[in-house]
Amino acid sequence: MGESLNERKAFYQELTRKIRILIIIVSFFPMILTTGTLFYRFNLTYTDKIQAHISELVQKHTQNIDTFLLEKLGNIRFVARYFDTIQQTPTEFLQQHLAVLKSEYGDVFTDLGLVNSTGIQFAYEGPFKFENADYSKAEWFVKAKDKPFYISDVFAGLRGHPHFIIAVKVGSNGTDYTLRSTINFGSFNSLVGNIHIGETGIAFIINGKGQLQTKTDVGLHPPIIASMLGLSSDNKNKTVFAKKQDASGNRYLCVISKLKNIDWLMVFRQDIDDAFHDLWKTQMLTLVILVFGCMAILFVAFTLPRNIVTLISSADKKSDVMNKQVIESGKLATIGELAAGIAHEINNPVAIMVEEAGWIEDLLEEEDLNGAENLDEFIRALHQINTQGKRCKEITHKLLSFARKTDSTINDVQINDAVREIVSLTAQMARYNNVAIETKLTQGIPYIRISPSELQQVILNLINNAIDAMEKSGGTIQIETNISKIEKNHLVISIEDNGPGIPKDNLDRIFDPFFTTKAVGKGTGLGLSICYGIIQKMKGKIDVYSQVGIGTKFRIWIPFQEALTEMTDNDTDYHTTDKENRYEEN
Amino acid sequence: MKKIKLLLVDDEKAFLDTITKRLEKREVTVSAVYSGKDALVELENNKTIEAVVLDVKMPGMDGIQTLVEIKKEFPLVEVIMLTGHATVETAIDGMKMGAFDYLMKPCDIDVLVSKVEAAVEKKRQHEEKITEARIREITERRV
Repeated sequence: MGESLNERKAFYQELTRKIRILIIIVSFFPMILTTGTLFYRFNLTYTDKIQAHISELVQKHTQNIDTFLLEKLGNIRFVARYFDTIQQTPTEFLQQHLAVLKSEYGDVFTDLGLVNSTGIQFAYEGPFKFENADYSKAEWFVKAKDKPFYISDVFAGLRGHPHFIIAVKVGSNGTDYTLRSTINFGSFNSLVGNIHIGETGIAFIINGKGQLQTKTDVGLHPPIIASMLGLSSDNKNKTVFAKKQDASGNRYLCVISKLKNIDWLMVFRQDIDDAFHDLWKTQMLTLVILVFGCMAILFVAFTLPRNIVTLISSADKKSDVMNKQVIESGKLATIGELAAGIAHEINNPVAIMVEEAGWIEDLLEEEDLNGAENLDEFIRALHQINTQGKRCKEITHKLLSFARKTDSTINDVQINDAVREIVSLTAQMARYNNVAIETKLTQGIPYIRISPSELQQVILNLINNAIDAMEKSGGTIQIETNISKIEKNHLVISIEDNGPGIPKDNLDRIFDPFFTTKAVGKGTGLGLSICYGIIQKMKGKIDVYSQVGIGTKFRIWIPFQEALTEMTDNDTDYHTTDKENRYEEN
Repeated sequence: MKKIKLLLVDDEKAFLDTITKRLEKREVTVSAVYSGKDALVELENNKTIEAVVLDVKMPGMDGIQTLVEIKKEFPLVEVIMLTGHATVETAIDGMKMGAFDYLMKPCDIDVLVSKVEAAVEKKRQHEEKITEARIREITERRV
């Protein structure tokens, strides 16, 4: 037993493990696959989107700056066209045009100056005193010499703070001059400085040598800027993307775009952490959900199988108990059959013994034994044999009827027919005991599915009890059948006598096994107990109402199926016809 | 009353012999046979038998089968079933097949005798009626 218990325990553990693994595989695989795919695709798409966005922004600003420079150059070239030394002095000319430029474009142009071919600024108009300044050594002058116009890099120059120069060649009276104008660095810087994305996204411009052309808040190491130079593409309309890492390990995004009119690069730089912040937030959320999902699955995988297995094991236990009960009832049936066989076998020898005793009695009457001393004793002994033989008969009959209880084939039974049959069987015995049996059977009671022999046993028992109770006085037994008004879908059989009744003290115990008020050897005390068991098995109810001196009433409720009602409704009308049969006493 | 002629059928020889002796002591002429088949033969040979006491449980041809045969061949002969078990069903079956009554073993000899007498009484009344009917038929035919 213990071994099988252990085996079962092992089986349950194995079952738990299998269910658990199955749950984990079936849940984890699709979840991780789905999450992974979504994660990857989303990442890809979102990265593309961000890059496209930044790229467009940078390109737009590059164009803006290009336009700005072109416009300023155009302005100066326009001014240069009107240069004429004959009508005005150069200073007057500069004064007039700077005023026009300032009124048109605000503070963009700081000053205007005219430089002759030797690099001496012979005319100047502006906030500084740069008349006769010598630019012959200045880088911009050297470079501008051979070109019709030139835009310089940003430099500190004579004034000591960063600016850049637009220089345009003018010719007057066969002499070449250079018209130069200083662009206000602040207004140019703001064009680039306004580009801000996120917290760390900044833009700046570098020249071909990798020198910064705008001011930035962030300290940039020259090598980093130099590395950016290498990235610039030849295609002027395209932006270049790069992901880089600085000395402190910060990863950043770098977008470079080339200006059209000048050898400058527009550079946009943003920390990757910042640029992809939203994406990473989403990714983090996905991961958190994934982790929680996994935890939920694990939780289910550990609790659910345990519960299922607990249920299974309790079901197993129940079926074990059921099996035991089946075996038990099988055993009882076997015992019943055995008892029936024995009872039958004993019955015949007993019958012979009783007959032989009777034969001796018969013979004694004939013999002339009047003088015999022990004649009375002989007769008494023979009577005793007779009496005890009858007692044996009763016991064997009880045993046989007990065995018959196991014959419980279920049939559709019309209760009225069953009652009539039993009444006809007991009529004889009732007649001997001066008892009348009246029946009041309501027509149209539905069929019930029960074992007819069991029902017979119950009713027979109750009738026999009633007859026994009224043995001395005689009386009436009234049997009624009806559809119950108290219990839904039940029929009721009541068996009422007007005998001596049952005392209150006994009333609670009459259904107990072996409880009997009959003389020793007369009753077994099993009759009502068996009845109770049978009615219980039919899912019915039995109750008793008794008053000493007035009578006793037993009522039995047995359930019927609704569907069977209609079958009988058609051919009988069950409210009106109360048929009475009366078996009169002779 | 004319002496009753009774046939006892039971496979239990000891029982049968004793009860035969006891019944004969009570002015009943008894023939005893030990099986259903012998009973039918005996009835065929001895037409004066008026009633049969028949055990239900017998080897070979059982009580019910014998009863059916008797009722078929000798419808006027009354049969009392003698049963070892208290099965109501067997008794009912017997009654349905035309048995006069049933008794349970072991039974009181006086009860048995009174039952047999009642059965024979019924049989004689039957026969009387049949005779009367025949006479009437014959007389009516003459008229």
